[in-house]
Amino acid sequence: MSILARNLTKTFGAYTALRDVSVEIPEGRLVALLGPSGSGKTTLLRIIAGLEFADPGSGRIDFHGADVTDVPAGKRGVGFVFQHYALFKHMTVAENIAFGLTVRPRAERPDRAAIDARVKELLKLIQLDDLGARYPAQLSGGQRQRIALARALAVQPKVLLLDEPFGALDARVRKELRRWLRHFQREIGVTTLFVTHDQEEALELADEVVVMNNAKIEQVGTPQEVYDRPASPFVIEFLGNVNRFATKANPLPGAGSDVLYVRPHDVDILREYHGEHGVRVRVQHVFSAGNTGRVALIRVDNGDPLDAELSRVRLAELNLSAGDDAWVVFRHIRLFPAGGFTERDVAAEDASPAVADPGQGI
Amino acid sequence: MAASAVSSLARSAGVTARPLATRDAPWLRYTLTAVALGFLALFLVLPLVAVFAEAFRRGIGAYFAALNDPDGLHALKLTLLTAGLAVPANLVFGVAAAWCIAKFTFPGKSLLITLIDLPFAVSPVISGLIYVLLFGAQGWYGLYLNAENPWLPGLQAWLYEQDFKIIFAVPGIVLATTFVTFPFIARELIPLMQTQGNDEEYAAITLGANGWQTFWKVTLPNIKWGLFYGVILCNARAMGEFGAVSVVSGHIRGETNTLPLHVEILYNEYQFVGAFAAASILALLALVTLVLKSLVEWAHARRHAASAAS
Repeated sequence: MSILARNLTKTFGAYTALRDVSVEIPEGRLVALLGPSGSGKTTLLRIIAGLEFADPGSGRIDFHGADVTDVPAGKRGVGFVFQHYALFKHMTVAENIAFGLTVRPRAERPDRAAIDARVKELLKLIQLDDLGARYPAQLSGGQRQRIALARALAVQPKVLLLDEPFGALDARVRKELRRWLRHFQREIGVTTLFVTHDQEEALELADEVVVMNNAKIEQVGTPQEVYDRPASPFVIEFLGNVNRFATKANPLPGAGSDVLYVRPHDVDILREYHGEHGVRVRVQHVFSAGNTGRVALIRVDNGDPLDAELSRVRLAELNLSAGDDAWVVFRHIRLFPAGGFTERDVAAEDASPAVADPGQGI
Repeated sequence: MAASAVSSLARSAGVTARPLATRDAPWLRYTLTAVALGFLALFLVLPLVAVFAEAFRRGIGAYFAALNDPDGLHALKLTLLTAGLAVPANLVFGVAAAWCIAKFTFPGKSLLITLIDLPFAVSPVISGLIYVLLFGAQGWYGLYLNAENPWLPGLQAWLYEQDFKIIFAVPGIVLATTFVTFPFIARELIPLMQTQGNDEEYAAITLGANGWQTFWKVTLPNIKWGLFYGVILCNARAMGEFGAVSVVSGHIRGETNTLPLHVEILYNEYQFVGAFAAASILALLALVTLVLKSLVEWAHARRHAASAAS
């Protein structure tokens, strides 16, 4: 079931949570709504669920071509999973999962045996077969979130909506559950939209990422697209670490100054360099624990900090220590002038912010 | 680490195992404990003992004879009837008000919260007087009964025939008691419901439950202990209310006297055994209420501990 939201605006008093937002979620996809807190992502999710309504007269929501703008939440056929699970504390796990079926009007309600069978099937699906008789308080966070998911799925929703589903879990469980959800969503194929502020989670899990900031959508694309071809300075800064350099003011009057971005993994460190485009740096600190080696540097010419990420093998070759002087060159630079943006793939010797002419990029 | 070192040192030295930093000088500890216990004895235990001592001063026979007084028994019945009407009314309104305030935002919400507190803020005597002004023979109700052009003539005639009185009669007592005890249940539930948030209700709604199902199956089970606690406190106050009831009751013996009023009348007539015997019944009702309240708290804590431990 595809979701189409058009021109949604939502204000809470003087605060604008969504400003004329439109987005399309294709059928069967796993899509992330990514953004910092206050960007409007949760509001958008809740409006799609029918838990909030857009400002009167603004916008429209279609599920598979049918207008559901004024349909109440219970009749939209959405499954909603909350950050803090929102399980019914006084009911057993099985009663929780069965809830959506037991509250149906008598005529539509499956009989006791059918409900039990469905609960059993779902418990198996979430790999918690034996926990039906337990209470939520007796389970771990990861188990509770899976039960919340099973409860949402029991009513066979057309759309699954998850609000920061891993936000309350610790790092290890989060990773595990993330992988499980990925696999699970592929298996059942229900259109799924989840909210997160964790860029790593969005990039790893989603087929498509909707990046939001300041009540607006900044960019929509596959994880690779938004990471490799960010549409705005916000997107590049929000998705992963990045070095930011303000260059000299744009020569065009009133254009403001341009900004250059280089990902830490596009920074190469050299002990000796004789080309034109190297930048002289001093090593501040070497972080050698972790999957990759990270080096904190400082530019000798203007004192700006700069981060580099190298393979551990390369780091060992360089044998850097704090206080050493070295050179860096950039493999890939992104330039955002005041009016638009341009991207340059450069060979190691071709460019560096020290010589980049902002005028060239426009 | 430091704490365990200190405690093992302390244990080997044969003194208490508590860390030095949280241990006060003995004289300070004993003085504070004595002050607290003395205060409790003077203001809580002594009066309670005095009530029973005075009631039994002439022996058990005199005590039960005093209790058997028909006016006293009627006062007891009226007190139970009043509580039996006021508490359920406040249960319904209290839950409705708390639900409304905790789960929804609307203009005038803080005004409503203030209004709920009004009975606590106003002196009970004033509350009673307000009812006299509203429903007394010289008040609006009296004007309506005697009006030439009533807006509901049938009702007026019926009320007139029945000689239906509100003030100086049972309805006034119930009304005044309901007013005075209104905040107990709502006040107990509002913070509880606010901390619980709306997520469970939202979850129920997205699963297709209607408002009524959401309330009965999700909201009510979550607040049942708080609700029970509120009902117990409300009931205690409803049975013990004096000021407001005193103003609206008219003190007609065997008709509009509740137990607290009955105690006062007997005391003023120097019937000390009777007064204290009736007071002992009220004290007993209070004690039963307290025991119930402790039981509720104990059961709640045990449930909590059980679910947290496993």
